[in-house]
Amino acid sequence: MYIKLTNGIVYDPVHGINGEHRDIYINDGYITRKPTSNTKICKTYDMKGKIIMAGAIDIHTHIGGGKINIARMMLPEDHAADLVEKTELTRSGCGYAAPSTLTAGYRYAEMGYTACFEPAMLPSNARQTHMEMADTPMVDKGAYAMLGSDDFFLRMLASKKDQAAISDYVGWTINATQALGIKVVNPGGISAFKFNQRKLELDELNQYYGVSPRDILKSLARAVTELGIPHPLHVHGCNLGVPGNLNTTLETIRAVDGMRMHLTHIQFHSYGTEGDKNFSSGAAEIAEAVNKNPNISIDVGQILFGQTVTASGDSQHQYAGHWHADPKKWVIMDIECDAGCGVVPFKYRDKNFVNALQWAIGLEIFLLVDDPWRVFLTTDHPNGAPFTSYPHLIRLLMDRSFRNDMLSTINKEAAAASTLASIDREYSLYDIAIMTRAAPARSLGLKNRGHLGSGAVADITVYSNHKDKEKMFSKPDYVFKDGELIVRNGKIVKVVNGATHTLRPEYDNGIEKSLKRYFDDFQTVSLGNFKIDDDEIVEHGNGKIIVQPCM
Amino acid sequence: MAKTSNISSVINKDVTCPFCGILCDDLVIQNQGETLKVLENGCPKAVASFESKQTLSSPKINGKDVPLSDAITAMCDILKKSHNPLFSGLGTDVGGMRQVMHLADKTGAIVDHMHGNALIRNSLVLQDLGWITTTMTEIRNRADLIIFAGTDAKNYPRFFERTIWNKKSMFKLKNEQRQIVYIGDKLNSKAGTNPSGKPPTTLNCKTEEIGEVISGLHALVTGATLDVNEIAGIKIKTLHTLAEQMKAAKYGVIVWSPAELDIPHAELTIQNFCEVVKYLTRFTRFAGFSLAGNDGATSANSVCAWQSGYPLRVNFNKGYPEYDAQRYSTHNALKNKEVDSLIWISSFSSDVNSPRASIPTIVLGTPDTKLNFKPDVFIPVSTPGVDDTGQLLRTDSVVSLPLKKVRQSPYESVNTILKQVIERM
Repeated sequence: MYIKLTNGIVYDPVHGINGEHRDIYINDGYITRKPTSNTKICKTYDMKGKIIMAGAIDIHTHIGGGKINIARMMLPEDHAADLVEKTELTRSGCGYAAPSTLTAGYRYAEMGYTACFEPAMLPSNARQTHMEMADTPMVDKGAYAMLGSDDFFLRMLASKKDQAAISDYVGWTINATQALGIKVVNPGGISAFKFNQRKLELDELNQYYGVSPRDILKSLARAVTELGIPHPLHVHGCNLGVPGNLNTTLETIRAVDGMRMHLTHIQFHSYGTEGDKNFSSGAAEIAEAVNKNPNISIDVGQILFGQTVTASGDSQHQYAGHWHADPKKWVIMDIECDAGCGVVPFKYRDKNFVNALQWAIGLEIFLLVDDPWRVFLTTDHPNGAPFTSYPHLIRLLMDRSFRNDMLSTINKEAAAASTLASIDREYSLYDIAIMTRAAPARSLGLKNRGHLGSGAVADITVYSNHKDKEKMFSKPDYVFKDGELIVRNGKIVKVVNGATHTLRPEYDNGIEKSLKRYFDDFQTVSLGNFKIDDDEIVEHGNGKIIVQPCM
Repeated sequence: MAKTSNISSVINKDVTCPFCGILCDDLVIQNQGETLKVLENGCPKAVASFESKQTLSSPKINGKDVPLSDAITAMCDILKKSHNPLFSGLGTDVGGMRQVMHLADKTGAIVDHMHGNALIRNSLVLQDLGWITTTMTEIRNRADLIIFAGTDAKNYPRFFERTIWNKKSMFKLKNEQRQIVYIGDKLNSKAGTNPSGKPPTTLNCKTEEIGEVISGLHALVTGATLDVNEIAGIKIKTLHTLAEQMKAAKYGVIVWSPAELDIPHAELTIQNFCEVVKYLTRFTRFAGFSLAGNDGATSANSVCAWQSGYPLRVNFNKGYPEYDAQRYSTHNALKNKEVDSLIWISSFSSDVNSPRASIPTIVLGTPDTKLNFKPDVFIPVSTPGVDDTGQLLRTDSVVSLPLKKVRQSPYESVNTILKQVIERM
């Protein structure tokens, strides 16, 4: 059954198509070549003057798992003004910074997103993460398993186990937790906090294991490379939010010796200590380092002003940040000798020097990094701002005069301390298509997503080309998921579930022998029950699994 | 379905026990001709529950046996006529709770759990000032001081075995190094005696006084002097000693059980625990741990939160979720006549009775449910983790476990029954 989108203006960076008139054909959920002239076209959509891109992909958004559920439970005041009524098609829900799963899925689709990736799945909480993702309709999803503060890994590293064994463990974890990648958060620092260490520099030793964040990063980056995991090690570095962490970040880039690495929400790791307030922008140095090191990709974690909630696996720095909680309540958890989390509500204020400069730093990084293939659009939802602010962020990037108008409203000292006013760059639609589609798909190894070529999954978003880019990206005219029309004029017209993307890297399953002994000796669940069967996602989770190939 | 011969005389290992909130998952259960025997690692509660004989029962309308499809039709009829149903009990697994939420949204219902009173005691603390908490594996390997406040954990029979007295621990913490303290009324401290015979410390006070005792300890750990000789009958000297122990602990834990703090405004007592934990965390490591989650309570609360945005006691009557921890309790909703039908769900225990209400009542219960009234509709249901596969969340709201099917059941699950109801609504 063929569908044709005709007369549209196509942005498809994977194929170098930059705003050209192209017809797009869909058959059985996939984009196909133009069929032969005697093929029946069942439905033709006239997209005259409209902008066509692949469905957008969010590479880093906290949509599922324990810490977001804590945020939901803790913050009824977040939800009260954002109540979502049920409709004939959709379920009710609520929430602004910490929306319910169903509401999050609907909102993503209504914004033209067709895939979202939860970046911090604790292995011990993986089953719940998958449950919540399964209850996030409309979009495809997947998750990165969090390692680096887990006792088993630190123990291996401390006892100088060879890299092959560590890679086996990493491979086992990906399989056991149905993950799509590996993330490390404050390497070793979450563990250190449990031993009452309140900070951990890149070369500082975890006092129990005697290993440093540098050792951890190198070992995990190597494991990711050796296992052929498409997405590079996803790194939330040391010293999140600490003035001066710019140097830690630069040193972190050097630490991996040219191995691929993704530095996430880098805005929170780009702070200097200059000026009267000992807080300054490190964006220029960070951008320069990113530009010089093609092995590095980043997402920004832009902050936008207003109320939100920060939810992170980084219990150590979330604890340090709890003094700034607004409203004054917060949660820290130590979890299973595996990981941790911290949930701290926060309000970013445009008249506050630090917050205003954080805003400017994020934008500076976006605008100073040359290659849009290596910088992804995120707010680290909900940590910098809820994902619903993406259209506003896109306008800030695409519209210099709007950006400067906003700049003139923030804290004056922060505006003066920022180079933002002097940056002329405006992102093009092509750049946006790269950073929100093509690049994240490539980074995650999703070969048939993020583009509009023949063989791609027909996840397609169609916009009206408004001059106001916030308006344009808020409300697409059409969204197709797997070839089906799911959104029309920014409203859901069909509810679908989306699939879960996973990997099955090869590893030596001999590692299970030591894991079995380890679980029996120390854990409170058995090894067999720790692992998540396909059935739990498919049968108990309203979803299907797509296994992506390794490299 | 006729697989009885295949499944009989089977030994299942690593079976998760769904009958309390700590979800022990190391049970070995033999199925011989659909009779279960717990061969290993069963506490008395698990043994009694797994080994209880399958009762023969039938769906009923007004006490009369009917085919399941008739009972489902009757249930649909009641729900269609109802303007504000109440789904309560909610003794089910994640899958069952997902259907409850869907159906509640569809019918504009209130949802509450049979252990709702216990759940909201914690929710109110979380929503007021938050907390620092921990999980079972952390306690097992790290905790050197464990204070049981108002609970002796006896409702979680293997808690000590699985999390405190260990042969091995990750960080070489020995059993002799663990200090156990009880604070409360008539607590059985036997389990707190360490394997080499060292008894725990017990501070006796009334449950209502635990909050005061903890506040006193909080004052002492901050260095304040208290101008009294005793608090709740406990000598200040004793409290001083404990305060010093708390300060010296490397990883201290306060364990409470919200269900057992059955006093007015228990949330204030729980908040006292959480605030002293926060204070101690300024210089050492401390954490709280809540023992709860029987009858799928943790799962119900969590699924409710991720699907609706709010933890339990939610009303969907206006077409969107509204949260009110007091108003939407089963007790208040019935008393204030906010609801016009009651759907009571209990698929784990048969000894929690549905409230008797003068509105149309549907009970989805275990086949051996003993009711002191005849509900309009009764549907016997299977038990997740015995008769069906499924998933449950553990008391710490972090770990969840898969449930195994260890015997054939003639009964359908809450999950599948509610699915049919949703399709027909």
